[in-house]
This record gives sequence, structure tokens and C-alpha cells, in this order.
Amino acid sequence: MAGRGLTGLGRSSAPVRRPESANLADILERVLDKGIVIAGDIQINLLDIELLTIKLRLVIASVDRAKEMGIDWWEHDPTLSSGSSRHNEMVEENRRLRDRIAALEAGDEEQRPSVERRERRAVDRSGDDRRERGSRAPEEDDFG
Amino acid sequence: LAETGIYVYGVSRGLPGAAMARVTGVGGASVQVIEDEGLAAVVSPVSLDEFGEEALRRNLEDLRWLESTARAHHGVVDAAAEHAVTVPLGLATVYRTEERAREALRDRREEFTRALSRISGRTEWGVKAYADLGAAASTAEAEEETPGAGPGTSYLRRRSTQRQTEEEARQEILLLAERIDDELCALAATRRLHRPQDPQLSGEPGWMVLNAAYLVDDERAEDFRTAVASLAETRPEMRLQLTGPWAPYSFATEEEAWTES
Repeated sequence: MAGRGLTGLGRSSAPVRRPESANLADILERVLDKGIVIAGDIQINLLDIELLTIKLRLVIASVDRAKEMGIDWWEHDPTLSSGSSRHNEMVEENRRLRDRIAALEAGDEEQRPSVERRERRAVDRSGDDRRERGSRAPEEDDFG
Repeated sequence: LAETGIYVYGVSRGLPGAAMARVTGVGGASVQVIEDEGLAAVVSPVSLDEFGEEALRRNLEDLRWLESTARAHHGVVDAAAEHAVTVPLGLATVYRTEERAREALRDRREEFTRALSRISGRTEWGVKAYADLGAAASTAEAEEETPGAGPGTSYLRRRSTQRQTEEEARQEILLLAERIDDELCALAATRRLHRPQDPQLSGEPGWMVLNAAYLVDDERAEDFRTAVASLAETRPEMRLQLTGPWAPYSFATEEEAWTES
């Protein structure tokens, strides 16, 4: 595939080349959040995945970093069932999120809860994802 | 013996069966290809002890399990995407039998075909931008003392100026992120925004102001990467991070507003 030979962008960035070296947060936001979701024979509770991604967003972005620093509290307790304050925060947070999702669902039975969709906006502006930008006339160039 | 299921990683078009011969999936299982009239589901057997309903619920909460499963999933999708256009499926899509997986492939043929033609000849690139808000604010800050004012008044004025310059710096950074995004959008077929990864938790210094995925025509990939590099060069106040090439995860699903270019 074209474009698979990228090695670097100089000092400003360190692009990831191989899948095994990709950042976990980057992978998770793709494999959990994106991709075509079809119902397999094994039911995955979408609600749980939604909750999980929200929860993970708060935690997982730091996993690689945390491991580097030798923090691995979750490894000793995969279910996060220790009495740590972090756990309590999560329980509290889960409860809050479940309530919120329940409220959303009550508003619209058919719709899949979309808590994080609402929160997913990387740049603070009102426009939606734009389409067909490739064919668009270029705007004035402020750079340089 | 534990019951097995079939884990489906993604659906490809024109994937030579031999291409995946050496690839291993979750749990180290060999990857196979189920073909149906030109479409190929990329699969591997998994134990339902691990991927059954109850087990999954438990395992998804186990970050270590999740990490290794997500990485294995990504590894297979990436390998397939290197050989043929591939639409990734969500993590842990599991059928009880090969026949059931084949049925799903058949039933959803239209959806897969549409998705495949959308992403064909294109690759996803991720761009994240970080800014150091403190530095931006401090360079903007005017260091003027008010003559004759007491220390308390001076302090309050300073604080107020600081807040103002911080807010201005914030706005400026957002604007800059928007311009960077605009410039990259011009080179992309489309783009989707991901939620910024939390600055306090990412361990990355700085404030993540942009976390976007761009779907770029392969002929323009070089231009796109050059553009990111030159933006990084000319905008030193913003740290840019390019990731990819990714299989087009972020563009696998159709969104209402999608229009073909």
C-alpha cells in the first residue's frame, strides 16, 4: 500500500510505523469506537462498551506512560475491585454515567446511548466533520 | 475441550488467502480467510471460555486483556490492509461457527461493499496537536508595572492581565488548531474528529487541541505527510504528532452527512 514507508517527520514528531508500536490509546479509540459494528453471536453489551470507553478515556491514555513509570495498580487487580480511591471514583463515575445513559434512553428508546459522541469534539467549534474537502477550492493561505 | 467461536477482524476485497498464512490473531491463533464471492472475512478461532458473553464482560474490564486483544485485533487488521482494501470490524465480533460468520458476510454484503469502495485507494492518518498553554500565555504577557499602585492592586492587575492573556492564548491556539485542520482537510477526502485524550492523563506534555483522523487518497499521502511536517516546522508553538498509516478504522461506518467526493 502506498505511503507505508514513513519513517519520521524530523524533530517535531515520531510517527508510529509498526502496529506493535502503536500507542494503546490510539488503538483503543479506533478498535473500540470505530470500525463496523455488527452483532455477532456473542452479545457484547454496547452500553458496557460505551461506559468502558468513557472510563478508559480517563485512564488508558496514561497506561503506556504509567507503565513506564512503574505504576501498574490495575495489573494486580484486573477487576479494579480494590478499595483504592481510584476505584471508588470509577464506581461513582460509572453510576453517574449509567444514570445519564438511562436518562438519555428514557428520552429515546430506539437510540443507542451516545454520551461520548456528544462529548467528542476535538476542536472547539460548531462545524461538523467536513466532507469533500479534497475538491474544495483552497482558502487564502495564512501560513508562511 | 472448550467450545470455540470465530472471531472476525475485518472484511477485505481481493485478499489472497495466502497473504494471511503467517499472521496470528488473538490468543496466538492462526488467521484464516472465509471467502464469499469476492469478499473475504478475516477470522481466527477463539475459545468461548475467553470470548463467551460472561467472559467478555469480565475481560473487557481487564486492561491487560483488553490491551493484548486490541493489539492483536489491530495487528491482523493492519496485516490484511497491507494486502488488500479492508474494512475493520469492532473489537470482539464473534460468531459460533464459520457458517454463521459466512452468513453475516453474505447478509451484509451491500454494506461491506459500500464501505470498501469508500475507503479503497485511501489510507487513514492520525494527527494530534499539542500546545503548551503556559508558554503561549507567558510570551504574550506584558510585563508592565503600574507606578504608584500598592502591591495588592498591582497583584490584582497582574492576575487580571494574566487571565486575559491566558484566555487570548487559548483562543489563539484553538484558532491555530483549526487552521492546521483546515489545511490538512484540503488534502484529505474526509476527516473525523476523535475526542482529545485527557492532557492530565495522557502523560504527554501540553494540551491536546486536535485529535483527528484524515482519510487520504494514496496518491496524496506524500503531500499530506509533507504538509504535516511543514506545519510542524512553521508552527513551533504547536507540537504535531502524525500516526499511521492506519487501516481506515475511523471511516468504516457511513455517517448521515457523508457524500462521495
